[in-house]
Amino acid sequence: MTDLTSLGVKDIRDGVAKGDFTAREVAEAFNAAVAGAAALNAFIVTTPDHALAAADKVDAARAAGEPLGKMAGVPIGMKDLFATHGVQTTAASHILEGFTPRYESTVSQKLWDAGAGMLGKLNLDQFAMGSSNETSYFGNVASPWRKAGSNQPMSPGGSSGGSSSAVAARIAPAATGTDTGGSIRQPAAFTGICGIKPTYGRCSRWGIVAFASSLDQAGPMARSVEDCAIMLGAMAGFDPKDATSLQMDVPDWEAALNADLRGKKVGIPREYRMEGTDQAILDSWEQGKAWLKDAGAEIVDVSLPHTKYALPAYYIVAPAEASSNLARYDGVRYGLRDLPDGPNGKGGGLQDMYAATRAAGFGDEVKRRILIGTYVLSAGFYDAYYTQAQKVRALVARDFARAFEECDVILAPTTPTASFPLGSMNEDPLTMYLNDVFAVPASLAGLPAMSVPATINADGLPLGLQLVGRPFDEQGVLNAGLAIQSRAGFTAKPEKWW
Amino acid sequence: MSVDKATVAKIASLARIRMDDAALEQMVPELNGILQWVEQLGEVDVTGIEPMAAVIPNTLRLREDVVDADPLTGGGKRDDVLANAPAAEHGFFGVPKVIE
Repeated sequence: MTDLTSLGVKDIRDGVAKGDFTAREVAEAFNAAVAGAAALNAFIVTTPDHALAAADKVDAARAAGEPLGKMAGVPIGMKDLFATHGVQTTAASHILEGFTPRYESTVSQKLWDAGAGMLGKLNLDQFAMGSSNETSYFGNVASPWRKAGSNQPMSPGGSSGGSSSAVAARIAPAATGTDTGGSIRQPAAFTGICGIKPTYGRCSRWGIVAFASSLDQAGPMARSVEDCAIMLGAMAGFDPKDATSLQMDVPDWEAALNADLRGKKVGIPREYRMEGTDQAILDSWEQGKAWLKDAGAEIVDVSLPHTKYALPAYYIVAPAEASSNLARYDGVRYGLRDLPDGPNGKGGGLQDMYAATRAAGFGDEVKRRILIGTYVLSAGFYDAYYTQAQKVRALVARDFARAFEECDVILAPTTPTASFPLGSMNEDPLTMYLNDVFAVPASLAGLPAMSVPATINADGLPLGLQLVGRPFDEQGVLNAGLAIQSRAGFTAKPEKWW
Repeated sequence: MSVDKATVAKIASLARIRMDDAALEQMVPELNGILQWVEQLGEVDVTGIEPMAAVIPNTLRLREDVVDADPLTGGGKRDDVLANAPAAEHGFFGVPKVIE
């Protein structure tokens, strides 16, 4: 029998439906793979029973001749930013350690309703703040990839680093991610998998631990474009519980997949040719253009003049929103409480409790961003920083709107470099931020954007290409991604060391 | 603009994060590095540009004006609400004394 863990979403769903194997066999195979991969530290908690129970339900439904869901029999990893009923939800933070939601996030509920099961809660950068998965309270996640001839642990990217590591290592066929400024696309690129952030509002944010609410979007991470289309279809949809949820129908992205790009124009933004970008990345970009041309598309130059300002604008807007969102962690309603002694040996007061709880519960990067956010929102600085950043954000979005008058989809690198060794970028927070330089503009503009694997660099590490589409045009992004996928023939996978 | 230790201490107090001297000392150059880098936004001509708060045009919906329109958030969930509280007492959130 085929090794079930080598299969992706589509093959598992179709195989279960046809009766080639049972959902339970699939769940057991992946549960075993997860249990054998502790060295990756991809999971914060594992939930083998959840995966088995969901599988049994699917097998029973199939035996009874009932219709099966879009994700029937597919066990997935759930980023630990999604609230899951009865299963610890931490955002990889100490302050939420032990928090056990009494409700289920909309996106995870939709996946369970579609017949998926949960292998466990995936590690991430703390509160999704980071680009290397080194800010988790529960330890770094290691990428399954290593440089050729080296044992050095590599970054799986971030913040969805547990998701990318697990999917690349084939201990999960797919996983949820969230993307605030690149947190689906950058880890996907680092690990040779696919990931799509849909248009802002496609997936409900209800029950997702909030980071920057005007930017946060959930999306799937999987090993093929088809798998992403299937899973996104199960995750998306209007939710009255999220005030910014899009009240529009979810297209059947999977059914409409089409790699024929004749009549389509692909824009190449000239401002993305930045200093500090690896030559191998630039070469893969050229290769990507050739692939899309081969698929019938016309390649056109476009300009996104405010590109260089997108990242600094993001590092005002996102921390500002985070400082507000994270004010809820107060030691009163849920999570950690640290109540220090006050003066004279008496118990401290409420303010002491707030300050001590938050000092003990947040990691350094989270504190840094809360402080930046508090500063740029404070009296006297609000207009100079926050209002200015929001205006620049409007210009970044306008750049895209103008570019999409001349093209249908934009092709760019996902990241300026391949993955780097864990611990190698910690000197200065700024150098880490710069890794998201190509990913952040689409986030600020709320656009659908995807990373697909393109090639392997000289070190044997994967490189990704990014596609950005018009608002609501996930289909255009997926189709261009499919055209690249079918020409790139990316079959490389990490050699098992864990 | 740059921040000094006293300013960082003020921000930390506003953000309700206790920081000792060593933590403040370490944070000052880190915050200044970030603030100096974002200064470049000042170069951008934003004349006539409205600040963007929402990227995708959307309208705020009104829910139906009925009690418990959404049973999950409508009320009657005291035990669920208190289930994760570090100190729940007698059906309330427990907090340290706030009045002397």
